[in-house]
Amino acid sequence: MLLKTLLARLASMVITLFGVAVVVFVIIRVAPGDPIAMMLPPGASDADVERLRALYGLDRSMPEQFLIWLGGVLQGDFGTSISLRQPVAGLVLGRLPATLELSALALVIALVLGGFLAIFGARHRATPLEAGVDLTNGAALSVPDFLWGLVLILLFGVLWPVLEISGRVSPRLDLPFATQFYLVESILRLRFDLTADLLSHMIMPALALALPLAAIIAQLLKQSLKEVLNLDYVTLARVRGYSELRVILREGLRNAALPTLTLVGVQFTFLIGGTVIVERLFSYEGLGNMAIDAVINRDLPLIQGIVLLFAVIFILVNLAVDLTYSLLNPRLRHG
Amino acid sequence: MADLFEVTDLHLSLPDMTAKPLIGAAPRIEILKGLSFTLPEGKVTGIVGESGSGKSTLGRALVRLLEPTGGSIRFAGQDITHLPEPALAPLRRDLQMIFQDPMSSLNPRHTVGRIVAMPMKRFGRGGSRAEVAAALERVGLPAGFAARYPHELSGGQRQRVGIARAIALSPRFILADEIVSGLDVSSQAQVLTLLERLAAEMGLTIAFISHDLSVIRRLCAQVIVLQHGRIVEAGPCERLFDAPRSDYTRALIDAIPLPEIDPGWLGREVVQT
Repeated sequence: MLLKTLLARLASMVITLFGVAVVVFVIIRVAPGDPIAMMLPPGASDADVERLRALYGLDRSMPEQFLIWLGGVLQGDFGTSISLRQPVAGLVLGRLPATLELSALALVIALVLGGFLAIFGARHRATPLEAGVDLTNGAALSVPDFLWGLVLILLFGVLWPVLEISGRVSPRLDLPFATQFYLVESILRLRFDLTADLLSHMIMPALALALPLAAIIAQLLKQSLKEVLNLDYVTLARVRGYSELRVILREGLRNAALPTLTLVGVQFTFLIGGTVIVERLFSYEGLGNMAIDAVINRDLPLIQGIVLLFAVIFILVNLAVDLTYSLLNPRLRHG
Repeated sequence: MADLFEVTDLHLSLPDMTAKPLIGAAPRIEILKGLSFTLPEGKVTGIVGESGSGKSTLGRALVRLLEPTGGSIRFAGQDITHLPEPALAPLRRDLQMIFQDPMSSLNPRHTVGRIVAMPMKRFGRGGSRAEVAAALERVGLPAGFAARYPHELSGGQRQRVGIARAIALSPRFILADEIVSGLDVSSQAQVLTLLERLAAEMGLTIAFISHDLSVIRRLCAQVIVLQHGRIVEAGPCERLFDAPRSDYTRALIDAIPLPEIDPGWLGREVVQT
């Protein structure tokens, strides 16, 4: 049953990715801007341009280019970056861990912060404290992530400079890491000095990404909690003498969590999209930052590689949400 | 027989949130307007009235889910009218309730076994697998149901789980609020038969709230009729049905649908009206 679902999802994943590849391939070639013009100095002869064009295969027709590219992809070759002159697969996979760690940290912050606000608001429902929670949510939600980034830089980078405002890790540090998952590896190697340095770089961009999501989680979860807390089984638990907080955690939370979980899945993909601009803001060396450079340089193979990877991440996140959903909900489990 | 509940001049008002002004307190609606009655121990007492008559509010006040705003409630000789929740805690085992909607009264994430065992454990009345099985058996459910979730049960079965949870603690009082009104007729009959049997076997004191007098007649020894938050009539069940003293009670009795057989229907003809 589960296996069948998984296989069906994988099949649809392949189709989706193919669609994404076609669309991206066409759009970046139709859009104005020429990668060759970006590479050559002004005054290069037409013959030089033509030669470079032929070198990158850009003189062929678009379907032809696509088939060549697709043929490469199927063999694991995603082409060579025009601006960086390195294989796209290596570049993209090298940056992926940085973005994954940032997004995961942002998600954790959003869940903790949003969950706390929701439970706090539900615990103090119909009091001024709940209104305070609503107000906080409204503020967090109405400011977009990149603006939060600027606010945070101003607060913790300029006015009270306690956090690093740029980069992923301090350049003076010696990194003994074997992989690009710096944060995970620093914890596993018990190098907490490095963990602290990484976190002081990551907290602001992660918080900027997390705040709007935290507000959404807080708002929806609080609403579902309040609905659940009116049900009779919650009343029964309450008169059994359990504290309100325990009633919320034990009887309410799991029943109220499902709508929030679905939403988090959808919103998490937006959060990953948000890394593009937030990483740029903090000069964080992740996929998003690389994507902006690739677009500026009209680096066609690199753009394709990054977009395709983003698509894979989106699909996997949605798959993970669906699987968690059936784990949490006995009704789905039993069919 | 002694009275388990003694209620004197009970008043209860609740804030009307729909009429609440933006700033300031909401106006209060008086729901119970001075009720006095007793509930004899070991008997089933019916509380009837139309919707809005205050019968559910009365039930919730009896088990102290709501705090009265006036008058007094004495339970087993003790004044519980304004007892704070911690002081009520030892009494909670004796004040059990069964609700109208079993889907709302059973946590959908917990198995039936856990649902029944939890209050038993909480009040130190066992809660082992065997004891849960015994409680389920008492309400006519196989022991294997302990592993199931509420959504796998029919409406009647869910309501039995609610009953099992309440009686597992051998409480002195059970509030049954419209417990069969959400069920189809045959499940209703089964649940009522079960409750009738359990009440007789265990000598339960039950306040049975219903809007349906035919259900009350079957189960209850005495009846309290409520209208707009006041008692219009109270007395032994038979007397009330044979010689209702108020027009309201008579109207409620007349509202009981009696089976009438339409000869046209038996002949499977379409009756044009």
